[in-house]
Amino acid sequence: MEILSIRSLNKSYGSHVALKDFDLSVSQGKIFGLLGPNGAGKTTLIRIVNQIIDRDSGDIFINEQPLKMDHVRNIGYLPEERGLYKGMKVKEQLLYFAQIKGIKKNDAKQKITDWLERLNLTQWKDKKIQDLSKGMAQKVQFIATVIHRPDLLILDEPFSGFDPVNAEIIKNEILELRNQGVTILLSTHRMESVELLCDEIAMVNRSRKILDGTVKSIKEEAKTNVFRVKMIPENAEFVPIGEGLIRQDGILEFQLTLKEQKPNDLLRALMAEGEILGFEEIVPSIEEIFIQKINESHGE
Amino acid sequence: MANKIFLVIQREYLARVKKRSFLLATLITPLVFPTILGLFLWIGLSDTTSENRKVIEVVDENNFFFLESDELYSFSYGELGQENAKLLVQEGARFGFLYIPDLDVENPDGVIFYSEETPPISMITSLQMLLQRKIEAFRLEASGIDPMILSSYKTNVDIQTIILSEAGGERVSNSVVNYAIGFLAGILIYTFIFVYGNQVMQGVIEEKSSRIIEILVSSLKPFQLMMGKIIGIGAVGLTQFLIWIVLITAVSSVVMGYFGMKMPQQQMLEMSSQQELFSTANNPELLEILQLIQGLDFAQVTLTFLVYFVGGFLLYGAFFAAIGAAVDSPSDAQQFMFPVTIPLLVAYMGLFIFVLDDPNSNVSFWLSIIPFTSPVAMMGRVSFGVPWQELTLSIALLVAGFLSTTWLAGKIYRIGILVHGSKVNYKVLWKWLKQN
Repeated sequence: MEILSIRSLNKSYGSHVALKDFDLSVSQGKIFGLLGPNGAGKTTLIRIVNQIIDRDSGDIFINEQPLKMDHVRNIGYLPEERGLYKGMKVKEQLLYFAQIKGIKKNDAKQKITDWLERLNLTQWKDKKIQDLSKGMAQKVQFIATVIHRPDLLILDEPFSGFDPVNAEIIKNEILELRNQGVTILLSTHRMESVELLCDEIAMVNRSRKILDGTVKSIKEEAKTNVFRVKMIPENAEFVPIGEGLIRQDGILEFQLTLKEQKPNDLLRALMAEGEILGFEEIVPSIEEIFIQKINESHGE
Repeated sequence: MANKIFLVIQREYLARVKKRSFLLATLITPLVFPTILGLFLWIGLSDTTSENRKVIEVVDENNFFFLESDELYSFSYGELGQENAKLLVQEGARFGFLYIPDLDVENPDGVIFYSEETPPISMITSLQMLLQRKIEAFRLEASGIDPMILSSYKTNVDIQTIILSEAGGERVSNSVVNYAIGFLAGILIYTFIFVYGNQVMQGVIEEKSSRIIEILVSSLKPFQLMMGKIIGIGAVGLTQFLIWIVLITAVSSVVMGYFGMKMPQQQMLEMSSQQELFSTANNPELLEILQLIQGLDFAQVTLTFLVYFVGGFLLYGAFFAAIGAAVDSPSDAQQFMFPVTIPLLVAYMGLFIFVLDDPNSNVSFWLSIIPFTSPVAMMGRVSFGVPWQELTLSIALLVAGFLSTTWLAGKIYRIGILVHGSKVNYKVLWKWLKQN
């Protein structure tokens, strides 16, 4: 089932087009990555889904229902620009955030106790945010985002500003929430971080979606059948028919492009020439695929 | 939805009322003004003690004006020439030197006062009075009238004002008391709007600069957030006001009690009971004050104050919220304060120049009807009595006024809160207003 579905969404700020005929489908229980450089339109899209700004045209459905104000209860949102009331106590702050999402006071209190326990913040519950370390405040910020147990969690650049230790804790919490059935839509311009985390992605550039699909299928499609070989040839004079040849201390490194052959055929042929140290297919990273796609779309 | 506004109101209210600074400001502010006033009085009084008496050298070509020294001024007749007298002033031995040339009593011109520093206006006025009286007395005697007889005919007339209501009731009124109430209530509303309006602005800027705003507006409509903040902070103002009323009532009853205990003791011999104390003609002033206080409709004044405080605050609070949303820091807010400051200043000046002087004049009427000035101006009129039709019209317009300013401010607010770091001017605001 699709938890979020967007059809031909358009948004302009004056003469600047932020989103152009944008379609998106996010399946339930998945981690969906929205990738793209700054200014591509990711934040605009997220703000429209969060009903912070209005769309010019297009349809948005949450659980197959047209988006309406009550849906704020189903969505958790961690914006890129985030903060807390510095003079407010941790538990009062969390209670306020839960209540404005529509959670009853007593339910909220129980949830707050559980979450503070979970992230080792129980002893800080009566402290003001200004008395907390940055790392602790970030944890409180995350709790504030998920305290109402949303069905859809939208994270805009979730790891920016987090130190590595906290980023890891938050990453594990995101995975745990996914396991509980929460769908996560995260946007980032740092693509290396999502490759391992996301099930599906969409690439956005200059107000348009240029590619989407599962990480696996996108990478599969981007394969170029180029293999990297590292070997010690028996004959020191051996010259393979490859590119990027490097010879150092009797070790030979080069790349081969397969056309009709199977990798095993190539490997067998190479084994006859010497000792194989390494043989792997070169798969472009998501970032490389992205850059390639951008270049293609600009060429159009 | 209304429930969410209530949550915002609650947060804004408690976040401020729970602060120690709120308690301090609430308790200290009522003490600050009397203290400052007392300090000035004390300095003023010590100025007038005999050590600070100003010595004035007089050179009188007529040998007629013998001015008597008092606790403020001491006049010296050294029979000096003009030049020597000037020298005395320059040496600092005299504060000033009063030169009276040979005067024509029908046209007394050419009196000069020399001094090293600019003399206080009060000094020149009292010197003029002294000379005038002398000349007047001289002229009266010259025409055969004894000034003593004339002064014995001097009569004081006090006119008591009584306001008749249509229902046939009468109430004692006193311009001075009404003036004081209008003056205080007007200033109080003016100050409240500025102080609490500023808090609204600071609050919006805080939410913007701490980047909390985007999280909030993903759960609440910007309008709910803005209204919640304005109402919550307004409620803080009302709380402060109510605490002051309770404090003033408590303090004054303690003070009254204290004097109430002392007075009968002093007058025990003459008076047998409190009842007699009030009804005796020996205490006409006390009787008058009592009548005045009975004549004043305190409930009406307080109620009107509350209505105009709330209305005025909502009207201007919306502006302050919009300004806070448009800027990144309080220092950037200066350029937008103009449309808020000017009408409030007009109201404030109007209060002193027109309303308190003649509460029923045309200008006073308009100032108390136009919503931008009515909260301050109407308070200047209300203790004098305002026809209910005018009051209704004024309040209706005030309600319409704050509905429109809130609507306008809401448009600026919802866009402004998400704009960071870009230069916002009136042109940009106009563009925001036109959107949607």
